[in-house]
Amino acid sequence: MIPAEYYLVLAALLFFIGVFGFFTRRNLLGVLISTELVLNAVDINFAVFNAYYFPEHLEGFFFTMFAIGIAASETAVAIAIILNVYRNMRTIRLKELKKLKF
Amino acid sequence: MEHTIFILALPLLSFLILALAGMKLPHKVAGTIGTLSLATVTVLAYVTAAQYFGAGRGADGLFPTLVPYNFTWLPLTESLQIEMGIMLDPISVMMLMVISTVSLMVHIYSFGYMKGEKGFQRYYAFLSLFTFSMLGLVVATNIFQMYIFWELVGVSSYLLIGFYYTKKAAIAASKKAFIVTRFADLFFLVGILFYGYYAGTFSFEPDVRLLFSAGIVIPVALGLMFIGGAGKSAMFPLHIWLPDAMEGPTPVSALIHAATMVVAGVYLVARMFPIFIEFAPQVLHIIAYVGAFTALYAAVVACAQTDIKRVLAFSTISQIAFMMVALGVCTSDDPHAGGLGYMASMFHLFTHAMFKGLLFLGAGAIIHAVHSNERDCMGGLRKYMPVTHITFLIACLAIAGIFPFSGFFSKDEILTACYSYAPMMEVFMSGVAGLTAFYMFRLYFLIFWGKSYYESQLALFEKGRIEKKPHTPHEAPAAMLIPMVILAAISCLAGFIPFGEFITANGEAYEIHLNTGVAISSTLLAIIGIATATIMYMKGQNKVTLTMKVRSKKFIQAAYHRFYMDELWLFVTKKVIFRGISRPIAWFDKHAIDAFMDLLGSATQTFARQIRTFQSGNIQSYCIWFLHGVMILALILIFLV
Amino acid sequence: MELNTLTIIFIGLSLLMVAAALLAVTTRNIMRATTYLLFVLFGTAGLYFILHYTFLGAVQVTVYAGGIIVLFVFAALLIGKGTRDLTHTSILRYTAGFTAAITGLALTVYLIFTHQFPEVQHPVSVVPMKLIGHTMMGVEKYNFVLPFEVVSVLLLACMVGALLIARKR
Repeated sequence: MIPAEYYLVLAALLFFIGVFGFFTRRNLLGVLISTELVLNAVDINFAVFNAYYFPEHLEGFFFTMFAIGIAASETAVAIAIILNVYRNMRTIRLKELKKLKF
Repeated sequence: MEHTIFILALPLLSFLILALAGMKLPHKVAGTIGTLSLATVTVLAYVTAAQYFGAGRGADGLFPTLVPYNFTWLPLTESLQIEMGIMLDPISVMMLMVISTVSLMVHIYSFGYMKGEKGFQRYYAFLSLFTFSMLGLVVATNIFQMYIFWELVGVSSYLLIGFYYTKKAAIAASKKAFIVTRFADLFFLVGILFYGYYAGTFSFEPDVRLLFSAGIVIPVALGLMFIGGAGKSAMFPLHIWLPDAMEGPTPVSALIHAATMVVAGVYLVARMFPIFIEFAPQVLHIIAYVGAFTALYAAVVACAQTDIKRVLAFSTISQIAFMMVALGVCTSDDPHAGGLGYMASMFHLFTHAMFKGLLFLGAGAIIHAVHSNERDCMGGLRKYMPVTHITFLIACLAIAGIFPFSGFFSKDEILTACYSYAPMMEVFMSGVAGLTAFYMFRLYFLIFWGKSYYESQLALFEKGRIEKKPHTPHEAPAAMLIPMVILAAISCLAGFIPFGEFITANGEAYEIHLNTGVAISSTLLAIIGIATATIMYMKGQNKVTLTMKVRSKKFIQAAYHRFYMDELWLFVTKKVIFRGISRPIAWFDKHAIDAFMDLLGSATQTFARQIRTFQSGNIQSYCIWFLHGVMILALILIFLV
Repeated sequence: MELNTLTIIFIGLSLLMVAAALLAVTTRNIMRATTYLLFVLFGTAGLYFILHYTFLGAVQVTVYAGGIIVLFVFAALLIGKGTRDLTHTSILRYTAGFTAAITGLALTVYLIFTHQFPEVQHPVSVVPMKLIGHTMMGVEKYNFVLPFEVVSVLLLACMVGALLIARKR
């Protein structure tokens, strides 16, 4: 029986690796990949809490499922935006996307 | 008396209409609006006067003081509040008549004089504004309302002097007039505040006990008020703005700088007269001496001027000084015992407004005809301008004080009042009166008699010496002549008004009776003055004149330059005040106060430049800082709380 | 904790996921980053299997690994080669991000180990498919038909929105 804390620590690790990537990536796609990591870590947490502490219900299970669905739609929209940005600016480097700055 | 509100409302209304929509209106319509409203005001003023004086005296033998309108505008304390309203008493009703009459005449006259001028509508708008302010000034119920309208009068005077705002001289003159009078008004305001503080009210009838307990402050306050009045009324040494004010259109000079605004100072002293007599007789003496000196000074300067409007300007100063003297020589408010001057002053104010207005309108007609202010360009005009000639002559006779023209009566009362004060004063003022007669007739002869400038120019043209055919002088149009004739008629007849019946210092009726000795001596002096002028100038420049000129060349030069008063003022302001006081203050301001402010500004700027990189617009770095903040908060909440 | 097969699998999966995640956020090539992300997602699916949530693992593989990764690959291919490389960020940003992440991690791990979780109940065996279906489509308490419908509408909206944003003008 694997202790629940192991899962949680793993999820935390993934989460903060995602956060680190979100901060340091200089490319929109890279940022989006990091966001996926973060989301994924949260999904793991939902599933673990459900399975270990409230096994008689399926709330965490369904939360995870809906989160996956939402992540899919979010990615679709985000990539559409990135493509559009690229079409207009010929770049997806964060440093060069300054039109909304001032 | 409820209709009196329209006396103020109509000019204001016409000012607003002309100022807001005037430029869209044709000249004739704009002028008609102004003139019609003024005509209505004049009718109302006369109706008011008829009703007021017709109602007769009250049980106490005085004309009642009516206040048809009065409302509190600014309540400062329980007792001290600024009110706005209309007050009718003998002098304000008299002033209503004078102002509306002269203003109406000027409105009509301007139709001819200003015809086709650019800004015709603006001109009428300013005239309406001026009339409104002046009427508001005379009907003021308290000294503060008077002050407000006093300043409005100053503004409209400034606007009208600077009417030809493309002319450098006009701009300078308007600024000079505004600054000098404003400078004097500062003293007026301080005086009002002193008065208001110690009397506990701004009204003209304060609590006498409070005034007694105030001691020396009340004479000081009254003296300060007189300085304000001296500024407006061009008393020496604050007279310097008035001659320059002649840069404005001539009808404006007639209205503002001869008949109405410049007598505001006299009116002020007359308004405060009961307090003056009671609490500050010594200030009245000062007023008398200042007035006497100004009268002489202005008369002497007037003898040496070549610009006809300047001559009239100095004559105005001199005549207003006569009124001041008349007020100053009062020693009581009983006309039978030393209080005659008040009545004489008001009488002279009335007659002077008429004949000086007429003189200026005549001068305007002459300038209109020859297109110059200089007397060298005139001469022999009587053939070309008969009506102007006759009316001008009447006005000259009136101002010289020849029986039966109006000036004779009023001036005679002044001299009588002076005599009862001190015989020396009477002699002095009679001498000035004789000088008045001299310089007025000098002017008259130089304009209408002697060698015609036009004819000599024409002769030169015919000989081919000059290229341009000189302009033939022509009589003024009817719009200009009618007001002149009306004013001339008033100048002839006004002397027979039993003025003492209506206006005296204590309000009781006083029958004017001529002091034979004074009358004869002053008439003699006037005739001597006229005769001298006739000998010297009637046939152009003759031997007597030339020898006189050579002998007293220096004196004439000095008088021509107004005894260098303007230069003295310039020295005081530019060399002493600007260089000695203003410049160090400006230096301090620039290098200490401004520098400190600059330091604050530049420090803020530098700081902002340092921290502006935080606002990079980079969402990633925002997120980093956000997360750091969250971490710190979480640490605090977990471990510290 | 006895060292049984499940534990060994878990540890192996964990190591794989952490390594893949680290590589996914540090590699310079976007295609590689996508591939590493794919590994992490597969690892997550493995975790779901260990937790007996087999249906969830299947969804994870189909939607995430099958759908989203494909989207990423397409995007990476559509966007020109020149912009595909992920450049390095500044040292300052790197350090700041690193400290923030490490602090957060430390804090979270500290909380995980100090927090008193409720008593662990024995995880059930594999959740029956019938129960999942009833719970998803049921209208009683603890059933999820309304969120299910909402998510379906959301997905439709996202599809339309993505088309609208990405289409050529």
